[in-house]
Amino acid sequence: MASWTSRFAPIVPFALPVGVIALWQLGATTGWISDRVLPAPVEVAQTAVRLTLSGELLGNAGVSALRAVSGLIVGGSIGFAMGLINGLSRVSERLTDTSLQMIRNIPNLALIPLVILWFGIGEEAKLFLVALGVLFPIYINTYLGVRTCDPQLVEMGRIYGMSRWTLFRRVILPGALPSIFVGLRSALGIMWLTLIVAETIAASSGLGHMAMEAREFMAIDIVVLAILIYALLGKLADVITRALERRMLAWHPAYQSR
Amino acid sequence: MTVFARVSAVGPQETRRPVETGRAGPTLRGVPASLGTSAGAAITICGLEKRFGDKVVLDKLDLTVPAGQFLAVVGRSGCGKSTLLRLLVGLDTPTAGTIDVSSSSVATQSRIVFQEPRLLPWETVEQNVSVGLGEGRLTPERREKVALALAEVGLKDRATEWPSVLSGGQKQRVALARALVSHPQLLALDEPLGALDALTRITMQGLIERVWFAQGMTTVLVTHDVSEAVALADRVIVLDAGRVTLDIDVKAPRPRERGSADLAALEGRLLDAIFGVADVVY
Ligand SMILES: Nc1ncnc2c1ncn2[C@@H]1O[C@H](COP(=O)(O)OP(=O)(O)OP(=O)(O)O)[C@@H](O)[C@H]1O
Ligand SMILES: [Mg+2]
Repeated sequence: MASWTSRFAPIVPFALPVGVIALWQLGATTGWISDRVLPAPVEVAQTAVRLTLSGELLGNAGVSALRAVSGLIVGGSIGFAMGLINGLSRVSERLTDTSLQMIRNIPNLALIPLVILWFGIGEEAKLFLVALGVLFPIYINTYLGVRTCDPQLVEMGRIYGMSRWTLFRRVILPGALPSIFVGLRSALGIMWLTLIVAETIAASSGLGHMAMEAREFMAIDIVVLAILIYALLGKLADVITRALERRMLAWHPAYQSR
Repeated sequence: MTVFARVSAVGPQETRRPVETGRAGPTLRGVPASLGTSAGAAITICGLEKRFGDKVVLDKLDLTVPAGQFLAVVGRSGCGKSTLLRLLVGLDTPTAGTIDVSSSSVATQSRIVFQEPRLLPWETVEQNVSVGLGEGRLTPERREKVALALAEVGLKDRATEWPSVLSGGQKQRVALARALVSHPQLLALDEPLGALDALTRITMQGLIERVWFAQGMTTVLVTHDVSEAVALADRVIVLDAGRVTLDIDVKAPRPRERGSADLAALEGRLLDAIFGVADVVY
């Protein structure tokens, strides 16, 4: 029984998606699902091959990924830096936190019309929206992580003569890390959402644009393919974050002996 | 009592005097010889006063502790034991009065161990102990010192583990190693065994006694447990309302027999002093 479980353990998470795709294929071949509603998986796969060979798919996916990553880096660094500063300095916190909380409550997608007026449909527009979207979850969780740092450990650091920098590096930052990762995870979700919406509305390349263009030509297979690729990219980001967590939070009881 | 060998290695006639330095005398079993010795610090406290707002916690306290002495401080909860200890190691400043901690070494070092181990969960046992050596990378030389300190508390083979996998007593031993690794002249212990179970506590008491014996630093132990105080200390003081109300020497030879009549009598005197004879319900 135990060996059965362990042998099949790695494939268990994929059973559901594979089953759904099999049912979908069955429905499509029997004509139960009209190909105007949903093309058969095989058809989508053929489209994927075709678009890959023409370079269109990888080109658009690459453009999207580049936008996502650069937005994450820009917005994430600003949020991280502000979280650290406000977590460590009362003055700065009193000065900026209220304003940040107010801005945070504006959905970043509500700014799309304004952003188009400012930047047109250039790269700046997407970078701005993604950066703004990921900034807040990272800011808030970094700030919380620093703030909830164990005062007893900080006192211990002081007793043992740690400099401010060492105290930050060895006590405060590692203590804030689990919370920062929570921020990163929710930032990733917002990152894809913002990017896709921005690309469907204001772009001339990228996955969102590809899907939007396909809709105009009624190419439903491309639309479905784009959606599947979002799912894969989301999963990829999640896998990378998990790997990072496992490495950087190896000390955490939650990541031990798993 | 496994660590403290109840054998003739330390006979009654060889009982060490607390004040002596250059300890060529008896040693207890299991202490790494290479650890060397660091002289203890002498403490002189004059008219010490500590107030928080208008609350007087320590009230014109005078106390002299000779170098190398093992002093235990007992008293009711809230009588100012922790406050005294924090002042002693310089974590707080007195409202009035002076504290002088001095030793023959160039820079006198004080270390404090709390009831909680206060280990960094994200650093290995070894790295945690290296915190006691101050800033700097974990060089081979530092590693060596850390390994010695860990050997002293019996955790040599746990150097590369995370603190979260250790038991409460083991964590506290790592905290002790961290305090000892720099060979302080004054070791302040604020209820270090308070959170441990009774059996672990006995083992740890033996460990503390052995380490003190090997290194010879002045040790101030704050404890709730009167029997622990008389089992370990050369001298026990009772603190009440910010003053020393009883100051007795424990002359029993080491290693001490737990529950002996002498110690029991001392315990009784201490309890009477803490609670007042009338309060004790027989
Ligand atoms: N930072 C502080 N601010 C205000 N009052 C304090 C502070 N630290 C301690 N006190 C007060 O000083 C008194 C003595 O505290 P202390 O911690 O020294 O007691 P204690 O003898 O260690 O007690 P326990 O045995 O419960 O640990 C208490 O009444 C406490 O409320
Ligand atoms: Mg206390």
